[in-house]
Amino acid sequence: MKPAPFDYVRAASVAEAVSALAGDPGAKVLAGGQSLVPLLSMRLAAPSLLVDINEVPGLADVTVEETGVRVGALARHAAVLDSDDVRRVQPLVSLALAHVAHATIRNRGTTVGSLVHADAAAEMPVVLRLLGGSVEVEGSAGRRTIAADDLYLGPLESSLAHDEVAVSALFPALAPGAGVAFDEIARRHGDYAMAGAAALVDGDAVRVGYLSVSDVPTVVDLTGVPDDELGEAALARLEPMDDIHATATYRAQLVRVLTARVVAAARSHAAAHDQQEAR
Amino acid sequence: MTEQLHEIRLTVNGAAHELRVPARRLLSDALRHDLGLTGTHVGCEHGVCGACTVLLDGAPTRACLVLAVTAADHEITTVEGLTEPDGSLGPVQQAFAECHGLQCGFCTPGFLTTIHAGLRDNPSPTHEEAREMVAGNLCRCTGYQNIVKAVERAAALRQAQGPAGQAQGPAGQGQVERS
Repeated sequence: MKPAPFDYVRAASVAEAVSALAGDPGAKVLAGGQSLVPLLSMRLAAPSLLVDINEVPGLADVTVEETGVRVGALARHAAVLDSDDVRRVQPLVSLALAHVAHATIRNRGTTVGSLVHADAAAEMPVVLRLLGGSVEVEGSAGRRTIAADDLYLGPLESSLAHDEVAVSALFPALAPGAGVAFDEIARRHGDYAMAGAAALVDGDAVRVGYLSVSDVPTVVDLTGVPDDELGEAALARLEPMDDIHATATYRAQLVRVLTARVVAAARSHAAAHDQQEAR
Repeated sequence: MTEQLHEIRLTVNGAAHELRVPARRLLSDALRHDLGLTGTHVGCEHGVCGACTVLLDGAPTRACLVLAVTAADHEITTVEGLTEPDGSLGPVQQAFAECHGLQCGFCTPGFLTTIHAGLRDNPSPTHEEAREMVAGNLCRCTGYQNIVKAVERAAALRQAQGPAGQAQGPAGQGQVERS
């Protein structure tokens, strides 16, 4: 199928994009379009106006800040994945990005776009939540920072106002001695995962985030839980969904397996990271 | 309702084209219908199959997931742009012919563009890297074995061709592809 008709504006600045959005309640932002264009072609989305931000200057930067790594709205997944700064400052971002679709999609899709698309089956939203990151947005009322915990309201629903454009995301740095890991299980290489998990271990603190398990990216605190009870403890706080890809029972089994795997991997990463720091 | 048309300039295989398209025109359709470049094939039209893969500023990109208006003023390379200047087959095309890397040929244009850029960025892939290079493209005929062989054969052909075959820089630098 082909997209339904829509108007189109190529914004030259964030301010221009904001004012175009503010002027049309049916407007949507177009960045990489790797999620939006299929939705248009299948007519699951029919915006009246697309505000294309691809030519807005200065939005593609990936920069290291004191507290972490900042990714601009037009930084393509491939550029973020290739960044040595990102890998050094917060390796979980690189680990998870390698699981985002295929290389060809990563060449065009943007990390910030994926964050605000708010798909619970996507890798990056749960990474942002697990790390306690944030998204910087600009709207008619000015700029504000939305913490990842306040970003995800429901399936494909973020807390951005209609006239707000996400301009960057901040992924906090990995603390010294902390460790991270990411894993997911998909039917086909590069396809959406039936379930995925990211772990952050810092001293005694153990937290695990899940994608494709609930209808929003969900993080569970597993501090103090014995290793052989991790999966059950996580399931006590999750309600795995049934869908055409996997039953809830099977997803629960994936949660058990993945939780044990990522926590163990994050612990060994922490140990290796610790040794590196000591050198 | 008359739909608004946008005047855009697309640079395809080094040649500039002026066209008038509605905003909803997919790049794959602009190439095929408006420019008559039917080498780019449209399979699933939602980004899964990879048949429509073209190079956008040198980077493999699904033409069905890009609007023509957003590709305006950028450099596009389609499968038609992969032949040598004298019209003979490029190394990836030649390798597909030699290794029987295609049967029905529907998916082939997407493989050729993907591998062309893949070998530019990684001229001597390992077997695993060769498999990974084509992991985002679907083929329902070959079973992929001969396609992976073709990747490895194309790498050898490029190397035999010498520096001329490898003159292009890394992906994402915005350079024009004119092999």
